[in-house]
Amino acid sequence: MVHQVFIYVAHRDGQAADSALELLSAARILSPDGPVTAIVTGWGEVLDRVCQEMASRCPEVWKLAHQDLAYPNAEAVRKCLVEVLPSEAVLLLAHDTLGMDLGPGLSVKLNSSFVSDVVAMTAPRDGALTLVREEYGGQVSTHVSCDISGGAVLSIRSGAFPALEDGAPGEVQDRSSEIGDLACGRRFLEIVEAEAGDVDITKEEILVSAGRGIEDEDNIEIAEELAKALGGVVSCSRPIVDAKWLEKARQVGTSGKTVKPKIYLALGISGSFQHLGGLKGNPFIVAVNKNSKAPIFQVADVGVVDDLLEFVPLLTERINSQR
Amino acid sequence: MEILVCVKKVPDPAENEIVVSRDGSDIERDDLVYSVNEWDNYAVEEAIQLVEEHGGSVTVVSVGDEESDEIIRRELAMGADAGNLLDDEAFHYSDGRGVAAILAHAARRGSYDLILTGAQAEDAAAQVGGMLAAMLDVPYASLVVRVRVMDGKKLKIAREIDGGNLEINEIDLPCALSIQTGINEPRYVGIRGIRKTASVQVPVLGAAQLGVDPATVGEAGAKVRKLDYFVPEMGEGAEILQGSREEMADQLIARLKGRGVIQ
Ligand SMILES: Cc1cc2nc3c(=O)[nH]c(=O)nc-3n(C[C@H](O)[C@H](O)[C@H](O)COP(=O)(O)OP(=O)(O)OC[C@H]3O[C@@H](n4cnc5c(N)ncnc54)[C@H](O)[C@@H]3O)c2cc1C
Ligand SMILES: Nc1ncnc2c1ncn2[C@@H]1O[C@H](COP(=O)(O)O)[C@@H](O)[C@H]1O
Repeated sequence: MVHQVFIYVAHRDGQAADSALELLSAARILSPDGPVTAIVTGWGEVLDRVCQEMASRCPEVWKLAHQDLAYPNAEAVRKCLVEVLPSEAVLLLAHDTLGMDLGPGLSVKLNSSFVSDVVAMTAPRDGALTLVREEYGGQVSTHVSCDISGGAVLSIRSGAFPALEDGAPGEVQDRSSEIGDLACGRRFLEIVEAEAGDVDITKEEILVSAGRGIEDEDNIEIAEELAKALGGVVSCSRPIVDAKWLEKARQVGTSGKTVKPKIYLALGISGSFQHLGGLKGNPFIVAVNKNSKAPIFQVADVGVVDDLLEFVPLLTERINSQR
Repeated sequence: MEILVCVKKVPDPAENEIVVSRDGSDIERDDLVYSVNEWDNYAVEEAIQLVEEHGGSVTVVSVGDEESDEIIRRELAMGADAGNLLDDEAFHYSDGRGVAAILAHAARRGSYDLILTGAQAEDAAAQVGGMLAAMLDVPYASLVVRVRVMDGKKLKIAREIDGGNLEINEIDLPCALSIQTGINEPRYVGIRGIRKTASVQVPVLGAAQLGVDPATVGEAGAKVRKLDYFVPEMGEGAEILQGSREEMADQLIARLKGRGVIQ
């Protein structure tokens, strides 16, 4: 049976998120010839702009305008989608902080299957879809089969599918009249921007980045010494900030800073997608990790499989002695 | 405030290298060191702090095997007041939806103001919390890094979104929240604390006690199934330096010189 395939478009400041075109190319796997419908929820002029933008790439765009959707409160968005989606729909959304908020509960209310953080998939057969996900921070992958006979909600990892560049244009349909009451038990109040730190790692060319493998607060010094020897600054992964060993402004990743250094030294960092999501501009990556199978070695240019607590001080000493 | 916290036993990523088993049906589980899912530890700490400030009690539950009582005892040692293990033959190989359904039945046995889960489990998918909330028909927010009790009826919470920005929301009680790491500093549980709870019998609840229809959970109810484990072939990968520690350091210095980092 043919399922109607939808993508849910996240947007900000009147622009569709980069994920939208990636969702469109993932949707093509599910529906090679069939139409794909983009759903855009929001309010006001910014919503219209995003709908127009999507209509230039997508055969059908559903506009869902409501004041309660002006900010994407997942609880309200869910209510709206449950009302407008046909039964057995397959909906793709981004595995980002909105998708994580929205997807699981939506699948329950639609009574459909749910698979999150999909990195690859093959065309459905006999009402089942085979998808690829990762576990343990990317150390291993799994093939997953998902029964989509009753519909599905699938959240897609950023960057896993190429952006669709050649989508055919289409029309915007205003379906706002189908939206019912969106009042819900959660109300958006405001956004508080992340605090600035004493260094701006987004402007640095050489970053020496410490991960959980540094093991102890006192060992941060090891990264600092190397950074000094190289003329760079210290950044880090999330667990280092969670432990309060370094300030939040030093964190690289999707929930931290997006950096674009020329050289990135990852010390005791496993290479989770949330960490790598903050690393842009194709830097030269050096990874030091005692686990030869750590995912970071797949993206690094040069790898050292060793205990960083032994290797890095030695490296620093040899750099300094060559001056 | 009556708080329910869902905790899961997972292989500790800091203590293990996860490798695929020979036939690819699972990961290699011999010699794995297990612990409480990192995110869940933050959730339990948050619950304990809320109860310390506002009164009430903390109950932990886990869907697991007969050995999962050890993590419940650990959370009791941390300061949780009660714990239940949800275990039944019928629960094995549940998908996320199945786990959420079992937890929902456990939640309905009490009258909880707040239900906490971790944002995600090491071996899973960031799904159970949102599913559980939808099944219980209570409001939900994910990736929470701050909780303030406003009055007896609502919370003010911060969700961490892209770039570390905070999205501030108001949410009505009862509700469910998934907790992000860094929200607090989970207290240390020493050997002595663990020993104190070593003899506690953790009550085990099965499908019958919970009122779970076995056909809806476990392998029977799963719409999502893991087929195998594998390690994907990824591009070229890094040039792995060889030799003694000194030789590797010198090779690395040469590469960095080639990039103009070191003059
Ligand atoms: C919504 C969301 C957003 C997130 N945002 C971010 C983000 O912005 N940034 C971020 O970093 N993470 C983020 N995370 C967390 C992310 O999922 C990982 O948990 C985190 O990146 C892991 O950090 P790590 O690599 O330092 O630690 P681990 O994954 O624990 O890796 C530690 C590594 O150190 C190695 N090691 C241990 N000891 C040594 C030693 N002595 N010598 C050498 N190597 C050693 C180990 O082999 C391992 O590979 C986010 C998670 C979620 C759910
Ligand atoms: N088997 C389980 N028992 C209890 N809680 C669980 C279980 N699986 C998942 N959870 C909870 O749901 C959260 C998210 O897990 P997941 O959706 O599996 O990534 C975890 O942090 C736990 O709080």
